[in-house]
Amino acid sequence: MLGLNSRDFKLFVIVVILTLAAPMLLNPFPTESAIGQSFNAGYPALMQRFVIFGILAIGFNILFGLTGYLSFGHAAFLGVGSYAAVWMFKLLSYNVLPAILLSVIVAGLFSVVIGYVSLRRSGIYFSILTLAFAQMSYQLAYSVFTPITNGETGLQVYNDDPQILMSAGDPTVPHLFGLRMNGATEWNIGGWTFIFENGYYLCAILLIASFYLSIRIFRSPFGMMLRAIKSNQTRMSYTGLNIKPYMLAAFVISGMYAGLAGGLLAAMDPLTGAERMFWTASGEIVVMAILGGVGTLIGPVLGAGLIKYLENIVSKINDTILHNWFAFMPDWLDNLLVTIIHPFIGKGWHLTLGLLFMAVVIFLPGGLVQGGQKIGALLRRKKSKDTGETATKPAE
Amino acid sequence: MDAFLLQILNGLDKGAAYALIALGLTLIFGTLGVVNFAHGALFMIGAFCAVTLQRFLGYSFVTVDETQTDFLGNPLKVNTPYVEAWFGPETGAAIQDWSVPLAILLVIPVMFFIGYVMERGLIKHFYKRPHADQILVTFGLAIVIGELIKSIYGANPIQTPAPQMFIGTLDFGVMLGFDPGAVAYPMWRLVYFFFSLIIIGAVFAFLQFTTFGMVVRAGMADRETVGLLGIDIDKRFTLMFGMAAAVAGLAGVMYTPILSPHYNIGMDFLVLSFVVVVVGGMGSLPGAVLAGFMLGILQSFASMNEVKALIPGIDQIIIYLVAIIILLTRPRGLMGRKGVMEE
Repeated sequence: MLGLNSRDFKLFVIVVILTLAAPMLLNPFPTESAIGQSFNAGYPALMQRFVIFGILAIGFNILFGLTGYLSFGHAAFLGVGSYAAVWMFKLLSYNVLPAILLSVIVAGLFSVVIGYVSLRRSGIYFSILTLAFAQMSYQLAYSVFTPITNGETGLQVYNDDPQILMSAGDPTVPHLFGLRMNGATEWNIGGWTFIFENGYYLCAILLIASFYLSIRIFRSPFGMMLRAIKSNQTRMSYTGLNIKPYMLAAFVISGMYAGLAGGLLAAMDPLTGAERMFWTASGEIVVMAILGGVGTLIGPVLGAGLIKYLENIVSKINDTILHNWFAFMPDWLDNLLVTIIHPFIGKGWHLTLGLLFMAVVIFLPGGLVQGGQKIGALLRRKKSKDTGETATKPAE
Repeated sequence: MDAFLLQILNGLDKGAAYALIALGLTLIFGTLGVVNFAHGALFMIGAFCAVTLQRFLGYSFVTVDETQTDFLGNPLKVNTPYVEAWFGPETGAAIQDWSVPLAILLVIPVMFFIGYVMERGLIKHFYKRPHADQILVTFGLAIVIGELIKSIYGANPIQTPAPQMFIGTLDFGVMLGFDPGAVAYPMWRLVYFFFSLIIIGAVFAFLQFTTFGMVVRAGMADRETVGLLGIDIDKRFTLMFGMAAAVAGLAGVMYTPILSPHYNIGMDFLVLSFVVVVVGGMGSLPGAVLAGFMLGILQSFASMNEVKALIPGIDQIIIYLVAIIILLTRPRGLMGRKGVMEE
């Protein structure tokens, strides 16, 4: 179906269902309950981030997962995409379509330039070159390019901006031909409130499209070629193949995905700043992809979702909430546990993230997907052992 | 001419810090073949050793002085640091004043230990894994160390002043016949520069003139053969990792009066030090030192107003620009050996 084999098609359908039904699936607990306040993730601002960073991670995976080139400067493309989108809002109108299109194109062009230079080296040199370029863009955005980027204030839309395509009745928030991005339908069932937001669905549809494209790339001869480059570059050169165009294409596709994510971030909230390009932001993209499972189709999306979910949940927990949870314990144990857990929650979220990331790199180089496969294999072996035993019984 | 000299001087202290960190990075890469993204974090731990010692020396107890009264007419409460009580007021105050240089004594064993544990506990398991994995796990470690420091010491920079003696500037220009005040240079930066020269000299002397250093150099050149000769090269490399960590810590501890330490300082320096290593040549110790000073001085030249007027923004990006040019034209770096990580 759709040019996919049955296994990929199944995966694709699962992803489609999960993304479209996310506003309901991510709200498993009644909205007003305490547990729902802490753990529900089905509100638009967070779901948008899941999906947007999912797109970003899919793009990163096309580069790192297929070719093994570790880019440490991917956030630069995200930042450039965001700036391009906000400029479209400033110059034309709040319609998101030109903004997203331009952000993809600009990020693509930008990645052609950076990729052309960086790809002349491989391995750690490639990582450092991309890092250097991203840091350079970040520094320049704060200094020389202030007229374009608005420096530390961040780029945003002002009332006196030209907005030449804007007519009197148009909404003053990002919209798609009149359909407001922050407009939403609410649905109340019992204690549950489900919010279906237009902006989220725009991102979701683009995620589905990106995911489909990434499956096609993974299964195409082009994807095969990239994997061949990863496993033995020298041999590819010896067979008379010029690997540079392939690498550059992969890099640019990956950069355009990042540009799309940047454009969407701006479309959901029309302001942006240079901190999106900082190298820790690039590091976060790497962490997402590794955590989920690099080189697998679904892994990076899972990683992005998991990190954004944990970031939101863990940084919301504070000592009072912990005391409530441990209220049934004796006081000394309660206090002890809270003291132990305290550094890892709230503002200490990055500590938890760092530890989690290290654990994954050390024990599960294939990420969570590999972990899932291992558990699956373990269960299956147990099952087959059971059936094996029952099969031998009659022979006794 | 005096402006020229001033810029060179200004570049020296920053260049010295780059050179020290890059020296450690190169030492680790040259011996163990590991790309250590947590080296900036080691620099930061060193800086926070100074903070810890300063706080430790500042611990005080309260006594009530009946002879004096405060502005409300109550007996005055006097805070006396324990060191002053133990060593007498003058010696105690001097010890507190000299807390940053004294932290050197603390930082060497602490950093050596941290480096040793890090190599045995974590890095050891990554020798056979690809460079990308090494980068990732040490990057994770850097995040963890940074966040731990943040949760212990808070997110704000902490002031750690230099000893009273070295506060103020040295009018360097007068000695060379310039006008007074033309080439004034902060005293502590000069101290830092000479300190770094001593450390660099010590590292090179250690590698060049001791048997231990000779074995390590032999191991860097051909690890397998040295192992076949019956020398436990792994053990020596572990010690070298500890030494590299100690060098990073020393660089950090003495840098605190120049830049108040905060939890992100490691990351800030790491990116630049990596660039320095790459420019100098992966695995080349003299290259790292040369590139460190060169980039430090280049950076301070680029921040001159005349240069900035000519090419706006150049001060921010000069280092990266140099790195890109070097990588594209001479990938092994200024003094890198042929064939080492040249791909």
